[in-house]
Amino acid sequence: MLKLSINGKTHEVDADADTPLLWVLRDELGYTGTKYGCGMALCGACAVLLNGQPTRSCSLPVSAVGKGKVTTIEGISGAPARAVQAAWQKLDVVQCGYCQSGQIVAATALLAQKPKPTNADIDAAMSGNVCRCATYHRIRAAIHEASAIMAGKASDKLEA
Amino acid sequence: MDKTVEISRRGLLKAGALGGMLVVGFQWSGKARAAAMPASLAPNAFVRIASDNSVTIIAKHLEMGQGSYTGLATILAEELDADWRQVMVEAAPADAKRYNNLMWGPTQGTGGSSAMANSWKQLRQAGATARAMLVAAAAQQWQVPAAEIAVAQGKLSHASGKQASFGDLAALAATMEVPKEPKLKDPKDFKLIGKQKLPRKDSKDKITGRAQFTQDVNLPGMLTAVVAHPPRFGAKLKSFDATTAKQVKGVVEVVAIPSGVAVLAHGFWAAKKGRDALKLEWDETAAVPQGTPELVAQYRALLDQPGAVASKTGDVVGAFKGAAKVLKADYYFPYLAHAAMEPLNCVMRQDKDGVEVWNGEQMQTVDQAMIASVFGIKPEQVSINMLYAGGSFGRRANPASDYPMECAHIVKATAGRHPVKLVWTREDDMRGGYYRPLYLHRVEVALDAGGQLLGWRQRVVGQSIMTGTPFEAFGVKDGVDATSVEGASDLPYAVANLQVDLHSPRLGVPVLWWRSVGHTHTGYAVETMIDEAAKAAGRDPVAYRLALLDKHPRHAGVLKLVAEKAGWNQPLKAGKKGEKRGRGVAVVESFGTFVAEVAEVTVRPDGSYKVVRVVCAVDCGIAINPDVIRAQMEGGIGFGLSAAMHSAITLKAGAVEQSNFHDYPVLRIGEMPRIEVHILPSDAAPRGVGEPGVPPIAPAVANAIAAATGKRLYDLPFKLS
Repeated sequence: MLKLSINGKTHEVDADADTPLLWVLRDELGYTGTKYGCGMALCGACAVLLNGQPTRSCSLPVSAVGKGKVTTIEGISGAPARAVQAAWQKLDVVQCGYCQSGQIVAATALLAQKPKPTNADIDAAMSGNVCRCATYHRIRAAIHEASAIMAGKASDKLEA
Repeated sequence: MDKTVEISRRGLLKAGALGGMLVVGFQWSGKARAAAMPASLAPNAFVRIASDNSVTIIAKHLEMGQGSYTGLATILAEELDADWRQVMVEAAPADAKRYNNLMWGPTQGTGGSSAMANSWKQLRQAGATARAMLVAAAAQQWQVPAAEIAVAQGKLSHASGKQASFGDLAALAATMEVPKEPKLKDPKDFKLIGKQKLPRKDSKDKITGRAQFTQDVNLPGMLTAVVAHPPRFGAKLKSFDATTAKQVKGVVEVVAIPSGVAVLAHGFWAAKKGRDALKLEWDETAAVPQGTPELVAQYRALLDQPGAVASKTGDVVGAFKGAAKVLKADYYFPYLAHAAMEPLNCVMRQDKDGVEVWNGEQMQTVDQAMIASVFGIKPEQVSINMLYAGGSFGRRANPASDYPMECAHIVKATAGRHPVKLVWTREDDMRGGYYRPLYLHRVEVALDAGGQLLGWRQRVVGQSIMTGTPFEAFGVKDGVDATSVEGASDLPYAVANLQVDLHSPRLGVPVLWWRSVGHTHTGYAVETMIDEAAKAAGRDPVAYRLALLDKHPRHAGVLKLVAEKAGWNQPLKAGKKGEKRGRGVAVVESFGTFVAEVAEVTVRPDGSYKVVRVVCAVDCGIAINPDVIRAQMEGGIGFGLSAAMHSAITLKAGAVEQSNFHDYPVLRIGEMPRIEVHILPSDAAPRGVGEPGVPPIAPAVANAIAAATGKRLYDLPFKLS
């Protein structure tokens, strides 16, 4: 049995050591907000935070998580996360939505480190996250909007 | 597709009370009405108003990102005068009678950018009917004339001060007579349609990870299935040894099915490990022998031979004889995978009553019938729970129902012992076929001494998408698949002598529609060649096109708008030292929507390039949700840029060479240009926006690169250096 810290809760799981964290999250623990897209750390749909750092859960063996704190889309919180989600909603970034958990996790990690990112910062931080609907134009705008929200220029409340 | 459409639109209305709910819907035929009358509480409806004041709009179309749920809800909520915040959207069950696509005949489905166009009248009437019944209920309860009752933002009111919510009156309204011809609004009175920003109905669930995709379904006792498919198109299973696979912890069963060998396990990881541990022997005698180079050579030979005539006016041979100048180019378009972010999947469970499916599908009733055929049951015994699709771009609209059929065969082969979630890996998805076909074009243009168009000859070579499907009957005539030549056979530019012909080689590589279908290649060939013609004539590319579009005012309309907004007549700002800059334009009509795009490109000294800015003008008729329209243009431009700049599927001896996003690259955020979208005001009936943003971008960028460097690009994806 492995002990995992997911979204602040400790879970015991019975999984082979080589099982990627992604499949433990999805198939064992029911955290299905984190998506499978490529299985090779190429698309970012599976991004979670591991000790606050964006991490590709599809390529991280569960045995390597150790005592690390995993945060999924279901558990992200704090000012950057709230700002990102509010900005995403305000600008209606999503289309099919499948990649957006990963996009939001990546954007949250970016803003936690750089509250006022430039376009170049955004392109660098988000280049590992593929969106086939190509919502990139709005992702860029929403990250700037989230930055403004964090600076207190707009509300971080989600609409019902 | 057939005359059902016209008859259906005159369908009768019916309503019934269900608890405190008002149910309004349409009955399409006398026979169906008679059969359905006793079951008038069944959810054959488009709107449900509950006593809790919720308004549920039932969507017959798939939401795959294109904004259909928001658009459908807007149409109905407009005529109902609902408050946008009280409106919810629910997926309709599969039912070709109640929920058919009115542009497709007796089939329920989403494609060809038709969701808004075919739902426009239907949902306006559904909303207006519900509104009239609420008004009638208020009139009865308040003892005032109906004409004195106002409805706004989900509230009914009367000058006397009386007020009620929809929920207050839902039960009473359900007992009111159903108006046969409810009065529709004058468009000038629209409050939701055309307004700048109605929030998407699927936004919140998709930003919190709560949205349900097929990949997320988990049923009690469910097993995940991963399938070993043949390594080459046309190969078949000879034998397999599952000994090692069955030793993988979590693997429960291994079964042979027509499309390969399925490993069923507790969870994806075990199923995949089991699949990878299979020992397989394939019979490759009927496998596709060619690789891409051989196919291209075969297709090139066909470019020299006359094909089936798709379009012919005037005397093309004579036009070329009398030409002062002839332009000629051959174009290459590779196979393309849809590569939606959600790899293909399907969940299915068999019980004594039939089969239940969880999936996001573009052709529910086609899949329903195909699944039923596997089990030997009736289509209506297959119920489909529609979920969001994580993209599709045409892939989940397969007349062959490949992946739902595969799931059905697995359930059947395991005698329905477990609910099954079939999951394709990214590699399975990319190698599984059903691509945008590989096409070659040859375009020859005859110009007079003044550069005027005398003749246009275009030959297209590529597999037919519709041949061999149920769509062949209406889509293929005299050897011409309309989707292979659309955009060329109906060339908008005025030319007295036009000939378009087509070769449709038959080949065992499965092909399918891919976001904007034929326009993905015809739009490119036509719009880059007309640009060459303008250049040869020494004319401005916008002015040259406009002079040939007298009979196509809507093409001209978006072209003028985009030129104005892009500052076409002002010089482009110079780049840094050594950089070349260029601006290019293209205009393409697809699915009844007209889109013009101007691309600004910077070419660096090392031959790399960046699309810096794109200005887009769109005329899709009445703009239902302007923000969704903008989003679809933005996304369509990004999707088209992937194909222009990066993506290609190639074959080696019938086997696909690509497997994942490292060797099938797609657009990433750093390459996304700045985009400005302008919507041309229109009072024409609304048409779709899911696809039409795609076709103009590749030619606009190619024309911009040509303007910057003088180099014309005839092969996709682009290679500059």
